Amino acid sequence: MADEQKSPGFFAELFAPIAGFGVTFSTMFRKVVTEEYPEEKRPTARRFHGRHQLNRHPDGLEKCVGCELCAWACPADAILVEGATNDDTPIEDGGAGRFSPGERYGRVYQINYLRCIFCGLCIEACPTRALTMTNFYELADNNRADLIFTKEQLLAPLQSGMVQPPHPMVEGLEERDYYLGAVTAATDAQRAHVEEQSMRHTQEPTEEVH
Amino acid sequence: MTAFIAGPNGTADFSDTPLWLSVVKALFIFVYLLVSTLLVIWFERRVIGRMQQRPGPNRNGPFGLLQTLADGMKSMLKEDLKPANADSVVFTLAPLITATMCFVSFSIMPLAGDVTLFGHRTPLQLTDLPVAVLMVLAVAGVGIYGIVLAGWSSGSTYPLMGSLRATAQMVSYEIAMGLSLVSVFLYSGSMATSQIVQAQESLWHFIPACFAFFVYVVTMVGETNRLPFDLAEGEGEIVGGYFTEYSGMRFAMFFLGEYINMFTVAALATTMFLGGWQAPFGLPDNGWWGLLWFTAKLWFFMFVFVWLRGSLPRVRYDQFMRFGWKFLIPTTLLWVVAVAFYVAAKNNWFGGPILQIAGRDYSLAVLIVIGVCASLVIVASWILGDRAERRAAERLPQIPVEVDPFAGGYPVPPLPGQRLVEPGAADDAYAATKEVSRG
Repeated sequence: MADEQKSPGFFAELFAPIAGFGVTFSTMFRKVVTEEYPEEKRPTARRFHGRHQLNRHPDGLEKCVGCELCAWACPADAILVEGATNDDTPIEDGGAGRFSPGERYGRVYQINYLRCIFCGLCIEACPTRALTMTNFYELADNNRADLIFTKEQLLAPLQSGMVQPPHPMVEGLEERDYYLGAVTAATDAQRAHVEEQSMRHTQEPTEEVH
Repeated sequence: MTAFIAGPNGTADFSDTPLWLSVVKALFIFVYLLVSTLLVIWFERRVIGRMQQRPGPNRNGPFGLLQTLADGMKSMLKEDLKPANADSVVFTLAPLITATMCFVSFSIMPLAGDVTLFGHRTPLQLTDLPVAVLMVLAVAGVGIYGIVLAGWSSGSTYPLMGSLRATAQMVSYEIAMGLSLVSVFLYSGSMATSQIVQAQESLWHFIPACFAFFVYVVTMVGETNRLPFDLAEGEGEIVGGYFTEYSGMRFAMFFLGEYINMFTVAALATTMFLGGWQAPFGLPDNGWWGLLWFTAKLWFFMFVFVWLRGSLPRVRYDQFMRFGWKFLIPTTLLWVVAVAFYVAAKNNWFGGPILQIAGRDYSLAVLIVIGVCASLVIVASWILGDRAERRAAERLPQIPVEVDPFAGGYPVPPLPGQRLVEPGAADDAYAATKEVSRG
């Protein structure tokens, strides 16, 4: 029969009652499976659901269009988005500035990591790929307020070729061109704009804070 | 090998040992034991950890070596609780008895041969008695008072049960332990530890007294309340046994006592069976070298303790008692009788001719004693083994080859080697046709 055991050898049978000692002894020389977590951080799985990130276009403009679809998709109600309209009026004329290509941008963006369950439905809901997840998982703190991440914390850092918004879109292109891969880096005009704004900012401190 | 100088009554020679030197030695033993305890708790946790494929304590100090110190500090700063029902004097006295008595036995352990200490030539042993080993057993008997009183004075049920278990355990295993040591006394002709070590100069006792060694190792585990014989503590059954109600420094004293007791029984095993401080393979063991070999042998036993704990579950109480009373004590008694005959024959008290075999002298009486003992063992194991086999066969339930899985009203899986009767085939008509077609 299939489940009939084959008879062990003479020595195996002789030492069977104390074979357990051999198991524990040999285990001593096996590799320890414990992860020394705080000292040695092992990489997560590549698609591990970690902290969120708000991505940018290659010229530095934000991808988020403030549509709130992520907030609506969130089953834990962890996301707060408040959209606002991009304003191409020059800032010296009282314009609020442009933060994303197209009509709207996310003015307020908060994720409450005390509520977030890292399900990733927000990422699925995002129509512009603005919201993705990183592999960062060390989200622990000693108070509640610090675990509500704001837009500044969530925004991806500026890569090379990007400049800090607000600044106008690449001249001669419209919003859809951004999604067709027409933009690869900030243009000189965009750079000049940002530089001019920062110069103005340092020379005459604005009274009104946005 | 060091020349051994015998003092009066066949004990070690302390003629060149002033009183202050004895105090120094007592202090040395005290420190030696405390440091060893600190180390062995760390060692145990590390080794058990490795046996379970985890690192064990590794936070405090290099390799976690200071873990025990940290635990000790925690115990000292912890709130000292005392139950309302407790008898407060005895409740405090009990851990003190355990923690102090455990040190006493070590005073007769020869840690090394003669060494020169502050210009005096003295054996590295606090004192020696003509009945030193009996003193160890006596002190162990007093030490158990700590456990018994702890259980009684806690004014609580589980500690009382734990202490009763500890008492029963001590009583039954101390008999076997004492008997196993008797054969060593017979071989070495003395009860003084220094003499016993000296008697093992040519051959360590664990070979001629192999069975006694086995019994001693079993009973020393029982004696120290260690797994697999830690029934007095039995966390799963009686919470923590006798120290359930203890916390803080009082508990730490029990803990200390338990570990020093481990060292005591291991030191006794080393002295009685493994040649004490003598080196194996003719390596140097004169003077302070002896301490190294003694410590090495001690730690070998510590590892055995840890290994046992890592490998075996706790035994059931009735099995434990049956093993002690029905196996260890009678077999050790027989062993003592056999050794007595052997020693008598070897000393030529029976007379008889001396035979020359392969150029060596053998007394005929010795050969006869060995032959009779060996044949008795073979016959006994044959008869007992046969009986055990027969009983085991009787105890096996009769398993039918074919079972109806729905006989009990709900489906059951077949046992190994069983076939299922198909539900439809269970009716007699079908079974009958099957019989016909088969026949």
